[in-house]
Amino acid sequence: MSKKITIEPVTRVEGHGKVTIHLDDAGNVSDSRLHIVEFRGFERFVQGRPYWEAPVLVQRLCGICPVSHHLAAAKALDVIVGAGTGDGLTPTGEKMRRLMHYGQMFQSHALHFFHLCSPDLLFGYDSDPAIRNVIGVALKHPDLAVQGVMMRKFGQEIIAATAGKKIHGTGAIPGGINKNLTIEERDSFLKGADPMNIEKMVSWAQGALDFFKGYHAANRDFIDNYAFFPSNHLSLVRKDGALDLYHGVMRAVDAQGNKVLNDVDYQDYVKYIGEEVRSWSYMKFPFMKHMGKETGWYRVGPLARLNTCDFIPTPLAQKEFEEFRAYTQGKPNNHCMHMHWARLIELLHSAEVIRDLLNDPDLQKNDLVKKGTKQSEGVGLIEAPRGTLFHHYKINENDQIVMANLIVSTTNNNEPMNRSVNFVAKKMMNGQKEITEGMMNAVEIAIRAYDPCLSCATHALGKMPLEIALFDSNGVEIDRKKS
Amino acid sequence: MSEKVNFTIDGKTLTGEKGRFIVDVAAEQGVYIPTLCHMKGEKPAGSCRICTVKVNGRAMAACTTPLEANMVIENNTPELAELRKVIVELLFVEGNHFCPSCEKSGNCELQAMGYRYQMMVPRFNYNFPYREVDASTPKIYLDRNRCIFCKKCVRAIKDPQGKNIFAFRNRGAHLEINMDLTLAAKMSDEQAKAAMDICPVGAILKKEIGFNVPIGQRKYDKVPIGSEIEKLSK
Repeated sequence: MSKKITIEPVTRVEGHGKVTIHLDDAGNVSDSRLHIVEFRGFERFVQGRPYWEAPVLVQRLCGICPVSHHLAAAKALDVIVGAGTGDGLTPTGEKMRRLMHYGQMFQSHALHFFHLCSPDLLFGYDSDPAIRNVIGVALKHPDLAVQGVMMRKFGQEIIAATAGKKIHGTGAIPGGINKNLTIEERDSFLKGADPMNIEKMVSWAQGALDFFKGYHAANRDFIDNYAFFPSNHLSLVRKDGALDLYHGVMRAVDAQGNKVLNDVDYQDYVKYIGEEVRSWSYMKFPFMKHMGKETGWYRVGPLARLNTCDFIPTPLAQKEFEEFRAYTQGKPNNHCMHMHWARLIELLHSAEVIRDLLNDPDLQKNDLVKKGTKQSEGVGLIEAPRGTLFHHYKINENDQIVMANLIVSTTNNNEPMNRSVNFVAKKMMNGQKEITEGMMNAVEIAIRAYDPCLSCATHALGKMPLEIALFDSNGVEIDRKKS
Repeated sequence: MSEKVNFTIDGKTLTGEKGRFIVDVAAEQGVYIPTLCHMKGEKPAGSCRICTVKVNGRAMAACTTPLEANMVIENNTPELAELRKVIVELLFVEGNHFCPSCEKSGNCELQAMGYRYQMMVPRFNYNFPYREVDASTPKIYLDRNRCIFCKKCVRAIKDPQGKNIFAFRNRGAHLEINMDLTLAAKMSDEQAKAAMDICPVGAILKKEIGFNVPIGQRKYDKVPIGSEIEKLSK
């Protein structure tokens, strides 16, 4: 008799979701879905509010990477207040925002690797779940756990210095920033007591990469073949092709590395990106319009960014990037678990960018805001930790928002995450009589590689974690496990 | 010539000018009695009641009660602190106050009062009233959701001929702040800023200056409301 498995809730991801896996009469996986069961509706209730509230209001979507929403909204409003698109701000305005963003990227990537992902690597996907968590890491590998906490703290302190507080600050305003970086703040990051200084952070980021590469060398089959499938990849890149997490043009490549979206201005994103709605999830399915729904889906995030960019403009991360690209002979990397590798290269890059910015005297200048002729519409894109984030607003003549469209990073990864779930479910569960907790965690590992933020993606109410349920061919639930 | 009289607040003997409002006399001598609707030198409104003190054992509004000789005033007592906390909670549930994205957060007197009286979750049910915003004038974004009916804008913001720009309309539960759109359209930047500053909450916002002052540099970020008065007695 066929069955349906439900994994609910999925754990060690941001937000609340569940997985359902349908088995046919022979016990093979016939279908699988990642359902996002939260709903928020920010796009609706921001309507009517004054436009300058958007960066502060919309960031409440999330407590994990509010900076990304804050900055994406601010970038859209830069256009509305006539300050141009991302690169039209004063040097202090743009660099303060970059510092805020790279601080966010640093803390988020550290959180994901050390707290969410490392238990799977350190203990194995089918180890005792009572140990396979951040507490287990703290008990067995205290040095790693401390590094994770302190790296996150460092990034959060950067955010506080630029946005006013660690979570839900107000630093970015339409046309610029509301403060500069004081000498005292700068020196606290450059010369802070060990380990809270940027040199230690760069060194720890390198250490995390070395740890991953060592694990990769010892577990090549798992890291290389786990949920491997070809896809398109999309991200912003700087105009010269460099990796740039704050601003750039939209570029997409296919699985062979051909450019299928060639450095286009993101103000025109509606020409290129469509969103499909499916009845079983609150999360939409974006795709590139010119390629269609079937083949136009794409991945975003660290893996996609390292597949689209030509180089990384900081030396240590560039060296790692060269090794990363060489592994796939310069072709796009479609190994799902290499997302962790790419994320750690970005962690190192972020630390290097923070170091460069802290040594830049523009951050102590007072020319903070630039405005020009007001526009009625603006689009802001940014590379959030989890991938490309789209904010689009229209305002009326009274300065009220009349339309908001948000395409969140995790939403962009909806189709790839579903494919990863399907891939792993088939590999682990086909023909199995009993579904073990380890098999279900294997499915979660595939989802976790994307570092999804399910709350943001549906703009959400509810708790964090994910569930799996098993259904027979008649749709009757026969097993359900919460992980 | 003004007559000086003796009185006590919380057992401390003070001297003040007979006939002046208790709240003003107390403030000048470093005793903070909280207010939301009071404007020194203006005719009192007495609408918020957060300045309630006990005068010779009776609850009175300190902003409308003239000083008399030998008054025994209670101000900083657990009973009155609880009563003021109740008033703050009532004001919060009566409107739609959403501090996280309000430009006034950190400068808001109602929010500061909530912190001073350690309000956590209001004990009353939220009303969630439906109130329209008015963004139709060039300088002012009027958010009626946040209005606490202090009447400060009505009393203080006038056009050059002395006409009111702001006024109440309707009665009872339907009472709401309104503005004369013609007069409001003629407001200068300075006047719009003054209207925003006098509003104890975020009901009157001057357009396009949102969040220019960073967190940490706002009025009540470092010290609680009333500190500027209390430091006079230290």
